[in-house]
Amino acid sequence: MPLELYLDLHSQPCRSVFIFAKINKIPFEYKAVDLSAGEQYGDEFGKVSIIRKVPALKDGDFLLTESIAILLYLAGKHSTPDHWYPADLQKRAQVDEFLSWQHTNIRSHGSKVFWFKGVLPAVTGAPVPKEKMDSALEDLNMSLKIFEDKFLQSRPFIIGDKISLADIVAIVEMMQPVATGVDVFEGRPALSAWRDRVKKEVGVELFDEAHKVIMNVESLPQTFENKGLPEFFKLKIQKMFN
Amino acid sequence: MTLEIYLDLFSQPCRSVYIFAKKNNIQFDYKKISLFEGYQYGEEFGKINPLRKFPTIKDGDFCLAESVAIMIYLADKFHTPDHWFPADLQKRARVNEYLSWQHTSIRMHGAKIIWFKILIPEVLGAEVPKEKMENAEENLNVALQLFQDKFLQDKPFIVGDQISLADLVAIVEIMQPFAAGMDVFENRPKLKAWKDRVRVAIGAKLFDEAHQATMSLRDNAKIIDPKGLSPLKDKILKYFLS
Repeated sequence: MPLELYLDLHSQPCRSVFIFAKINKIPFEYKAVDLSAGEQYGDEFGKVSIIRKVPALKDGDFLLTESIAILLYLAGKHSTPDHWYPADLQKRAQVDEFLSWQHTNIRSHGSKVFWFKGVLPAVTGAPVPKEKMDSALEDLNMSLKIFEDKFLQSRPFIIGDKISLADIVAIVEMMQPVATGVDVFEGRPALSAWRDRVKKEVGVELFDEAHKVIMNVESLPQTFENKGLPEFFKLKIQKMFN
Repeated sequence: MTLEIYLDLFSQPCRSVYIFAKKNNIQFDYKKISLFEGYQYGEEFGKINPLRKFPTIKDGDFCLAESVAIMIYLADKFHTPDHWFPADLQKRARVNEYLSWQHTSIRMHGAKIIWFKILIPEVLGAEVPKEKMENAEENLNVALQLFQDKFLQDKPFIVGDQISLADLVAIVEIMQPFAAGMDVFENRPKLKAWKDRVRVAIGAKLFDEAHQATMSLRDNAKIIDPKGLSPLKDKILKYFLS
């Protein structure tokens, strides 16, 4: 039975799983879950995960959610090259440290900027109040500073000379606000250089393929209109950021 | 050179690291610090951990933050019993799944309660809007429901018959709102039974010792010197109440 990966490439954690699986030539069946149509709340996806989030993995009878857990599982199962998740205790700990820290820093702040700029206005028909937007941008900038000062420093990649899971997770999260026109790389030459290195390691074609839908996010308002966003979903989105 | 662990047991992730190290008889130099005195903002600590977060370990020259990364590092380095972080791929993935999910669910919502009920009103002297409190409690309740339905189900522990890092991280987070006076175990017999099992598996004495400071916070809040927290007041209020 082939590995199934439930993905929507609008989602950052879906992109990291997609990229990792593709780079390592892990065969899988791509199971699209359309978040903008609320498919994660449907009965079918409910059988895969009651948490109703993507990505999700189905390996035979084994169901797994959370991109970090999925990435680590795939790395272990498919014995991917050591640099992705090194066996060396300290290097591994540095990857784990970033993967843990990012949830409530780069990920949450980058996501918030994306929602505030790209999604909420499409749902509510109005821009987010300036104070809230500025606050979200300030938080994102602080996270990026910490990323540069502590996690990257003057190294080519987060844990040294080679790319690891940490870099993949970092890059997909940073691309989210970029998709709404907030260029986190502008004015940050060291960060831009790191992004270029990561892109090269991933392969520009694969990187661009993974980011194609999110970079077209201006079409979201039309998408919501076309699909008729469910009311409960609208309410949920509005509540998320109140 | 001894392993140093920087801890304030008021902090949930500090408790999980403390309990894990003690339970496994890992020798360490207990560097007791006080978050309420703003120690994390001092120059000395900044050299050890530029992230300025707790817990932090210093193992020779190697510094590491993030409780999840720390415990995985200690588990590997000190070859702790397998059940804490199983070598079996699927069991390990279950632990990783919980450790990832909890950051923005149980941890995020549970942490707010003690700030809203005790620290912000009694130490910072600020008012918490009723709606914010209700939202926080509702979000926590949703997270606890998911915890029971998806992570615990009818098993004795999250990953089956034995305690793992997942249960340890879960319990210290759930004890935080409990200590604030929100009875998370009321009308949740399964959760209560799991908590009792976890306490026994850890050792009641160690469990109670680790939670003593937090459990007595309600009585001691009035004697916490607001001077330690007040430089952070604006930041705290922005983080929790904006």
